[in-house]
Amino acid sequence: MEQLIVTLVTFDGAVNWTVGFLTTVAIFAILALALNIQWSVGILNFGVAAFFMVGAYVSAVLTLPPPEGLESYVAGWGIPIPVGWLFAMVAGAVLAILLGIPTLRLRDDFLAIATIGVAAILRSIANSVEGLVNRSRGLNGVDGFLEDQVQGGGYRWVELAIALVVLMAVYWLVSRASSSPWGRALRAIRDNEDTAKASGKNTVRFRMGAFILGAMLMGLAGAIYAHRSGTISPLTFSDLLGTFFVWTMLIVGGSGNHRGAVVGAVVVGFFWFGTPLIQESLPDWLGSRVFQVRQLLIGLLIVVFLLWRPQGLLAERDRVSRFVSQGPEDRPGDDSGSIWRRVRGAVSR
Amino acid sequence: MGIIVGSIIALGAMGLTLIFGVLGIADFAHGDKMGWGMFLAFFIVSSEGANLGFVGGRFGSLSFGWGLVVGLLVAMIGVALISVILERLVFRRLRVTGGGFFVFAIASLGMSIMLRAVIQLIWGPSNFRYNPGIHPAIEILGGIKVKPDQFFIVGITVLAAVLLYWLLYRTRFGKAMRATSDNPALAEASGIDTDRIRTGTWIIAGVLGALAGVMLGLQAEVRFDAGFRLLLPLFAAVILGGIGNPWGALIGGLGVGIAQEVSTEWINTGLKPGIPFVIVIVVLLLRPRGLFGQVR
Repeated sequence: MEQLIVTLVTFDGAVNWTVGFLTTVAIFAILALALNIQWSVGILNFGVAAFFMVGAYVSAVLTLPPPEGLESYVAGWGIPIPVGWLFAMVAGAVLAILLGIPTLRLRDDFLAIATIGVAAILRSIANSVEGLVNRSRGLNGVDGFLEDQVQGGGYRWVELAIALVVLMAVYWLVSRASSSPWGRALRAIRDNEDTAKASGKNTVRFRMGAFILGAMLMGLAGAIYAHRSGTISPLTFSDLLGTFFVWTMLIVGGSGNHRGAVVGAVVVGFFWFGTPLIQESLPDWLGSRVFQVRQLLIGLLIVVFLLWRPQGLLAERDRVSRFVSQGPEDRPGDDSGSIWRRVRGAVSR
Repeated sequence: MGIIVGSIIALGAMGLTLIFGVLGIADFAHGDKMGWGMFLAFFIVSSEGANLGFVGGRFGSLSFGWGLVVGLLVAMIGVALISVILERLVFRRLRVTGGGFFVFAIASLGMSIMLRAVIQLIWGPSNFRYNPGIHPAIEILGGIKVKPDQFFIVGITVLAAVLLYWLLYRTRFGKAMRATSDNPALAEASGIDTDRIRTGTWIIAGVLGALAGVMLGLQAEVRFDAGFRLLLPLFAAVILGGIGNPWGALIGGLGVGIAQEVSTEWINTGLKPGIPFVIVIVVLLLRPRGLFGQVR
């Protein structure tokens, strides 16, 4: 986060800030895309921070180098970083399976309730376990991917490139997934679960699939974050930044639309990370409270968008398969197919 | 100890389960409404309140006096008011423009963030106490030490539960509420003003939430995120007792509270927050409708 404190007075400062900002936003965009995949089948995951945190910790623990000199650390296996990423995804998937088995076959609301506390519990575990995760001290000195290959101060560009490449790969993956028969089945389940069941879809299995896929991507985002920032501690993965912030991105950008998720990440991210830049130029009464005001606005954005623009900046497209001809619903300006209308039909009791 | 924490959880969970049952909303802002109750009462008992003429004093061996009684009233009115305003401004519109459970849940999450942010704006991130100082515990049967305040907390919970019972089962309004909970469409068709019922339910839940918040402040510290941290135990109590069932929530709350405190005999205290989560998972695996829930 130290990039944020750099003011934009110099050209170098501006470039540094922008590179850091884009890297952070790219990581959050991966989270938003992952959340979007889960949301596209009607899964309310209020514990994004938990998956993010698990990914970060697993990758960091596996890849940390052996302790040197006065340091002491129980693990220090120094496993190659890409393997750490892989295990971060596996860890996300395991957490999703553990949470999904008791909740996904039940009413829609149980998963939301079960996930709201997971991040808090993982934080309290991380805070009370000595050894592997170092309690509240967290993990320091997590190596960056390819960091040893880069000379001088150019590494931040590499970080940006890594984040962007992974973001593009994830975007490609979720777009393909959504327009595939599998993705369309997800939408069918969200829109009307009974009809989907009647058409022979095993809705629980589809839900579980989407939950796991999203969780793996969240784990991956966590791993990238850990190797990028170099330091992680339980405090890093707050509910506000890890979960609610991502939800705001998705709601603002347009839930159900992958491009919307990325746009939301950029817009909300710019608002959030840009606020400290103008802090000093604000009048004193506001400047001293800018962080709380910013948090207030994050909540307000969710409510305002739900009330006045439920489809978000970019609405969900009705036709996702290029094999289906343009239907009458696709007329511009007609939002009868918008997710919110259909969600009402699907879940009203 | 478990009974004290359990009483606080039960107070909050009874309101939460009513909202869940009657309105079909999982109110993720309930914890932060409790936080508001806690801080409104704090405002009255703190020095700012004293300047307005609410002087301290104490009742017998309790740690508080008239100030907290006034604070309790202000908190109940304030939280009920917040709940009703949010219902009018947000939930009612969402109901009209088409929102299901998901939309309500996300909206309440947004409100939760806002409510917590405003608390921080006004009172900052520090911890407070209603009455600083040491409050000696007295010994009762079997050498268990109890603070007089803790009797008060349990007493308030019992009183609230009795009043809620009277309201739900002995008044016309309660009957209409239960009807709305069972079948909103049928209730509306039989001439029940469901809008009034909804407002009334928010008020009842708000009053219970404010009570829970003030009791939490009395028992522990007054902190901006204290209410939010209690959200998972609240939902655990609701699920354990069966969604929409206030008695279930009462028993569930006591159960969760006792389980949390007893667990420290065997596990690391730092892992205590995980107990409600384990309860949620076990209940969902074994008996998803809760101990006293009906099959829907």
